[in-house]
Amino acid sequence: MTTTNPTLSVRGLTKVYGRRATLLRRHPHQLKAVDGVDLDIAPGKTLGLVGESGAGKSTVGRLVLRLIEPDAGTINLLDTDISTMSRGDLRRMRSHATMIFQDPYTSLDPRMLIKDSVAEPLIVHTDDNRATRHKKALEMVRRVGLDTAHMERFPYEMSGGQLQRVAIARALITDPSFIVCDEPVAALDVSTQAQVINLLNDLQAERGISYLFISHDLRLVRLIADEVAVMRAGKLLETGSAERVFAAPETDYTRELLAAIPGRSPRHRRFNGETAASVELDEAEREEAVVV
Amino acid sequence: MSLADSTNLSATPPKRRRRLNNRVLRRLMRNKAAVASMVVIFLLVVVAVFGDLLAPHDPNKVTLSLRLMGPSGDHLLGTDELGRDVLSRLIVATRVDLLASAQAVGIALSVGVPLGIVAGYLGGFTDAVLSRVIDALMTLPPLILAVVVVAILGPGLRNAMFAIAILIVPSFYRIVRASTQGARNELYIESARASGCGTWRILWRHILPAVAPPLLVQASFSASVVIVAEASLSFLGLGARVPQATWGLMLNDASSNLTTSAYLIYPPTVMVAITILAFSLLGDGLRDALGRQTTDGK
Ligand SMILES: Nc1ncnc2c1ncn2[C@@H]1O[C@H](COP(=O)(O)OP(=O)(O)O)[C@@H](O)[C@H]1O
Ligand SMILES: [Mg+2]
Repeated sequence: MTTTNPTLSVRGLTKVYGRRATLLRRHPHQLKAVDGVDLDIAPGKTLGLVGESGAGKSTVGRLVLRLIEPDAGTINLLDTDISTMSRGDLRRMRSHATMIFQDPYTSLDPRMLIKDSVAEPLIVHTDDNRATRHKKALEMVRRVGLDTAHMERFPYEMSGGQLQRVAIARALITDPSFIVCDEPVAALDVSTQAQVINLLNDLQAERGISYLFISHDLRLVRLIADEVAVMRAGKLLETGSAERVFAAPETDYTRELLAAIPGRSPRHRRFNGETAASVELDEAEREEAVVV
Repeated sequence: MSLADSTNLSATPPKRRRRLNNRVLRRLMRNKAAVASMVVIFLLVVVAVFGDLLAPHDPNKVTLSLRLMGPSGDHLLGTDELGRDVLSRLIVATRVDLLASAQAVGIALSVGVPLGIVAGYLGGFTDAVLSRVIDALMTLPPLILAVVVVAILGPGLRNAMFAIAILIVPSFYRIVRASTQGARNELYIESARASGCGTWRILWRHILPAVAPPLLVQASFSASVVIVAEASLSFLGLGARVPQATWGLMLNDASSNLTTSAYLIYPPTVMVAITILAFSLLGDGLRDALGRQTTDGK
């Protein structure tokens, strides 16, 4: 069999913010944050969702997990139509599909020990006892490159990169098939960015997870994405394989985004040397090239 | 192969291994007024627990031949108009007052906190209704509300404390509601939802701990308010009833002998003053210790 059902398949996804027209309010002020978006992500693959700030990327990320309610559209996640799912079923679904957020400093409860944050999804989704939860949390924490000592810390005692590893451990502990990564490295410095991206790539290779990888930074997207979708003002401008989109962008907007990468418009990249700013990432890319 | 494996990533040495609570406690300990108030409260609790053993005389034993005696070797603080030992009554009253105070604060917490969390977290219609009810409660003049409650339920310390609990519910409600609204929009709450946590777990495990610090401060202040309120209501005959000993009742007794034995007013007054001072200073100390935590505890 060559045909596998996509992990995520979204059609006509729409979200409108603002007030609707009523009898008294003839002119509604509405903002179509997401406007008729179609997406497909195959098992074990990464879709990079790119676009400038305010394009509606985060809104799409939340919508596909129904963390916020869509105004229109269907969401098929892991062969289930979740658009009409009950609240209880939605909660159970979150052990299979979850999210990692941009700012690791605020996405972990500041009053919880790292080990409790990592183990919390097990409390919600499994019958594991305390000892089992602790064992699994420790395994997961080690897998993301931290160790026992970090388990007993509070978030304020750790660096951004470490915290994002914790967030990844927490997301992965229930062994999900799909994760929305909303600008997961945007708050980190450049060398840490590469490490976290590599970790995400390794975990994907190990476990066959699908990612929706949201970023405004195309340099990052090309490190991780198999497919790329370009978004602007709530609409998808183009979708295609990462190679195709980077090599032969179809729209002027995508060309603009590519040209905005420092020192690496497509031609630039091929014929000129690297700029200092992108050295770290280029290293990661070379590593990546070896792996793939 | 990948950078994650080849680079030294997480080898932060195990420094700064202090627990959150230790930090708060250490800050509290540096505050002399807070430490003094904790010592005082500890002593008050000891007196409350072991009052029966500490009291030199039977606090309720009436000896008319010893009426209104000034301080002496046998009666260190003298006797009241029925010849009862003032020191013994003061000691026994400590338990009654602290228990009554704990009761009023306890009732107010158990009503105000759940309502405040629910209103703050759900917002919308629920919040609107609850907040209007609480507002209405706050427009009632405290003394009149107390009188009405006692009139309905009958006089007695327990009912008076119930009235006071109603009066301090709004302060807890408002603090919890405001802190909940602040915490509700934090990213870690959305992250909890993304992990499948239900509303109940989010409220108990994520919101309540965020709300606890200001709540603790408020509870400490409220304890002092309740002590004063107990004294006032008992003084007015709306609270504790004879022969029970409370500081408020002792004030009442003393006031009827003001012209002859004015000094009787001092023992209960000093106890009330010390207690409310201790609870207010502890509240101040807690607020300072916890307040700074939120800014540098990140
Ligand atoms: N809760 C909200 N209420 C109103 N408008 C919102 C809300 N969330 C996002 N928006 C608006 O929707 C648009 C898309 O936001 P977002 O999805 O966060 O963009 P991106 O992640 O691409 O930067 C923005 O204009 C933003 O102001
Ligand atoms: Mg965003």
